[in-house]
Amino acid sequence: MAKKMLKDLKPAEYRNYVESKSPKSKLLTNVFRAFLIGGLICVVGQFITNALKSRGYDSDTVGALTSVIMIFIGALLTGLNIYDEIGKYGGAGSAVPITGFANSIVSPALEFKSEGYIMGVGAKMFVVAGPVLVYGISASIVAGILYYLLK
Amino acid sequence: MADKRLGKQTVKLQNPPSIVSTACIVGPKEGAGPLGEYFDMVIDDELWGEKTWEKAESKIVKETYLRILNKASATPFDVNYIVAGDLLNQCIASTFGLRGSSVSHFGIYGACSTMSESMNIGAMLIDGGFADNVLCITSSHFCSAEKQFRFPLELGNQRPPTSQWTVIGSGGALLSNKGAGPYITHVTTGKIVDMGITDANNMGGAMAPAAADTILCHFKDTGFAPEYYDLIVTGDLGIIGKTICEEMVNEQGFSISDRFNDCGLMIFDKKRQDVHAGASGCGCSAVVFAGYIYKEIMKGTFRKVLLVSTGALLSPTSSQQNESIPSIAHAVTISNTLE
Repeated sequence: MAKKMLKDLKPAEYRNYVESKSPKSKLLTNVFRAFLIGGLICVVGQFITNALKSRGYDSDTVGALTSVIMIFIGALLTGLNIYDEIGKYGGAGSAVPITGFANSIVSPALEFKSEGYIMGVGAKMFVVAGPVLVYGISASIVAGILYYLLK
Repeated sequence: MADKRLGKQTVKLQNPPSIVSTACIVGPKEGAGPLGEYFDMVIDDELWGEKTWEKAESKIVKETYLRILNKASATPFDVNYIVAGDLLNQCIASTFGLRGSSVSHFGIYGACSTMSESMNIGAMLIDGGFADNVLCITSSHFCSAEKQFRFPLELGNQRPPTSQWTVIGSGGALLSNKGAGPYITHVTTGKIVDMGITDANNMGGAMAPAAADTILCHFKDTGFAPEYYDLIVTGDLGIIGKTICEEMVNEQGFSISDRFNDCGLMIFDKKRQDVHAGASGCGCSAVVFAGYIYKEIMKGTFRKVLLVSTGALLSPTSSQQNESIPSIAHAVTISNTLE
């Protein structure tokens, strides 16, 4: 049978055809970069943790303070127009750590400031992080109930 | 049948209007691209002294509009209609930019096909005897488009390799029933084509069948062979869409490869400027036409050009609802002679 003309392709066939013409993300490179950047962010976090420990804080306080400092760094780098460049290079490596969470909240807050503090910053701040919060908190509640029942 | 119609979708203009002037203003990245020297003005920061991206885009439209008039030594009183559109919700970039114009206004939406859609309408208005002068203009802005269609600018995400980069810029043209060319001799108005692509990060793949459909229809309606044109140029298919469109047209027996290009590939240096699959946006074909193509036609490099701006008719809502992307392409024949 002759090869089907492109114009006669069914949607599913055309989708496959377009897929075959489209360049793929460079998986290995991206994984390596994510490992590198994600690892570097963790090294910074560990450095802060060690510095706080050496000042004699107890481990609960050290954990909380480290998170606060990392969130501050993420937010600051977002405001300075740097975190998006790190994210472009690092991908998941910079999106998954807590600095990425800060970035996902600060970046819409900056973007929608032009719509005012109520309908802009207030309403749109969680437009990216919202789903993570909703399902993260929901999952933790389910895990808590299971823990209570199985304890 | 109406006596100006050819075939199913084409109109042969009996009194072809002239394109008496064009103008375009672009952003810094576009200015640094391979066509930088062709643009009338390159703004050096994306906000251009305004408070919001939307205001900046409107200002680009307004300034481009004034330049088009200025170059033709025309005043708003000479213009019978403005035909304009853009990408922002309810077309606020063009309407806000032109609200001080005091000219009868048609607001149109054809996504990134707006440049050739407005020229389709403008040319027919003039040929029909409804207007002496019609001004066609459109715009896009990377930052306002990202904000509306995708993610906040400062979000640290990665763009997939199939994605395209929205052009910052506005381009437009003044069409007139007086003038010595270049002329608009034919217009082929596209129909909506949907081959079922749902990935909003692969608009080239979604739009390619619409572009091929319009180009093939144009050849069939007019009886022209590809050799009639020095340049057949689509709006913003990018590398993936251009490859597919070319293949679709070629397999129907019209070999266009040696004279086929895409504005989305011409405006940026794909290697140097990190734009992935190419450029997009209403401004893409508008500034490449108003800057590069028009000036090269005036110089005589091109005698006949088929401009086919391409539009993906999606919205953020339709994407979230996982709808496929209906697409459209409109063709305009621009010729520096009348025969």
